[in-house]
Amino acid sequence: MFLEIRLHGRGGQGIVTAAEMIAEAAIVEGFYAQSIPLFGAERRGAPVSASTRISESRIRRHSQVRQPQIVAICDPLLLYMKEVFDGVPDGAVLVVNHKQEPQLEGSRVALIDATGIAVGNGLVSAGWAILSTVIFGAISKVTGVISKGTVLKVIYSRWKGEVAEKNLRAAASGYDGVKTW
Amino acid sequence: MIATGNHAVAYGVKAARAEIIAAYPITPQTQIIEKLSEFIEKGEMRAKFLRVESEHSAMAACIGASACGARAFTATSSQGLLYMSEMVFWAGLGSFPVVMAVVTRTLAPPWSIWNEHTDMLSQRDAGWILIMCESVQEAYDAAIQAFRIAEDRRVRQPVMFGLDAFSLSHTSERLDLIGQEEVEAFLPAPEGDWKVIDVQDPTTYGNMAGPERMMEIRHSIMERLRGSASVIEETASEFSRISGREQAGLVEEYRTSGAEVILVVAGAASGDAKDAADALRDEGVRAGVARLRVIRPFPAERIRAAVQGCRAVAVVDRDYSFGSGGIIGREVASATGIKPFSYIAGIGGCDLSVTDFAGIARDAISRAESGEEGREIWWGIKGSQGPSP
Repeated sequence: MFLEIRLHGRGGQGIVTAAEMIAEAAIVEGFYAQSIPLFGAERRGAPVSASTRISESRIRRHSQVRQPQIVAICDPLLLYMKEVFDGVPDGAVLVVNHKQEPQLEGSRVALIDATGIAVGNGLVSAGWAILSTVIFGAISKVTGVISKGTVLKVIYSRWKGEVAEKNLRAAASGYDGVKTW
Repeated sequence: MIATGNHAVAYGVKAARAEIIAAYPITPQTQIIEKLSEFIEKGEMRAKFLRVESEHSAMAACIGASACGARAFTATSSQGLLYMSEMVFWAGLGSFPVVMAVVTRTLAPPWSIWNEHTDMLSQRDAGWILIMCESVQEAYDAAIQAFRIAEDRRVRQPVMFGLDAFSLSHTSERLDLIGQEEVEAFLPAPEGDWKVIDVQDPTTYGNMAGPERMMEIRHSIMERLRGSASVIEETASEFSRISGREQAGLVEEYRTSGAEVILVVAGAASGDAKDAADALRDEGVRAGVARLRVIRPFPAERIRAAVQGCRAVAVVDRDYSFGSGGIIGREVASATGIKPFSYIAGIGGCDLSVTDFAGIARDAISRAESGEEGREIWWGIKGSQGPSP
């Protein structure tokens, strides 16, 4: 198994953290994993991306993910950005944060209202919904190799108290709310 | 556990029990010293953290601490390393066993924060040992080994180890730590017997030396650096034993046996080169990789042996010496006596993928087959400046 995942979002949404947590969860499940942030202008609101690789064997490469089998699109407006679809093969799963399902040919779309879930759980900072744990939950489910228990365990290792509770609920909603094939 | 390359360095330095950390923040290195200051603040590490006003002062403080017999560490990158450069030479030419992590980053202008190796390689003549890491795990492993190599009686020279900006510094990977007891058996508390300054018995150090002494002083550094090669190999093999992970000493050879093309690489992209070698072998192209883990002392004999008998040698430089060529390409040419195909690639943070390495290997073979002499190729350059790969 060699799985490549790419996340697209906006600075401040927690994309890099989500990519890291997916890698961490995969390691807990006994896989090798790697998360790679693509750094550019670190501004709130600017388009950002991060990637995760999951593999049964040691991952030696360090280049950017170019042909992701799973893509997360954390802002519906990014659906209009060409870069988001660069190298995405037919049959890839697109996890889209939106209220309504976009029409995208050749891909399988897994809709998740990540913003709604984050806001509903009070995960808002400086007016921005923090999507990291919802997306982490949703992508983990789509990979098919990360259990819900592992998702919750990784969240518990990062946060405590009320913050942990909010994030646990958000991740669980992400995990349960996304459709898989 | 999972950690970024930067945090892996901090865990290594903590395990090595550095006593003085003097540093100044710079992207993409800052996480290293942030994590170390966190360890010290929490009481998990007994060390003095000196917040200095510049990289020049950071290295000056490390030299001062080392002169008093302390185990000193700093980390920097790019512009910071150049600003520190006067003191980098002072540490090397003064034989102070300081250890430094360099997160390799493009030099300005134009301003850039992305990966390139020219910054670190610009310091290659300073009397330091230069190690390049391939993975997050290696960054941790190198941090511990660096102190042992630097402090070894046969060496007593500073060590810098490099990790690629972002593709190692900010990439998270699985990291296995070694038990503290094993680390302490491998790297005991510093003896500090390299100390040259004693506050109870003041003397001057670094005073004027006339031409009648200088040649001998430089010669002794040459001998230490030359002799460090066997110490580096010995340290790697001892570390393999305590960690259970096979360590590359000077050069790591990957599928070089019977290879018709060998990619010579260093740093984080070496793994991509190995994956490319596997893919090429599956397609019937006999490809191999010679990875330079150590660039100073330059492992000339090891590289010569690695590339012997292969039809095309492709050196991939993520750096450049204007007016000369790819820095490692020139070194390989001088060490082996052959003219390699010298690829300049991944400059200024350009991504170097498995596809790139496979393309480079095929390109080198076809050039060799058509009887072309070794030459310089700027891989992936846009416009009319270069051959389209």
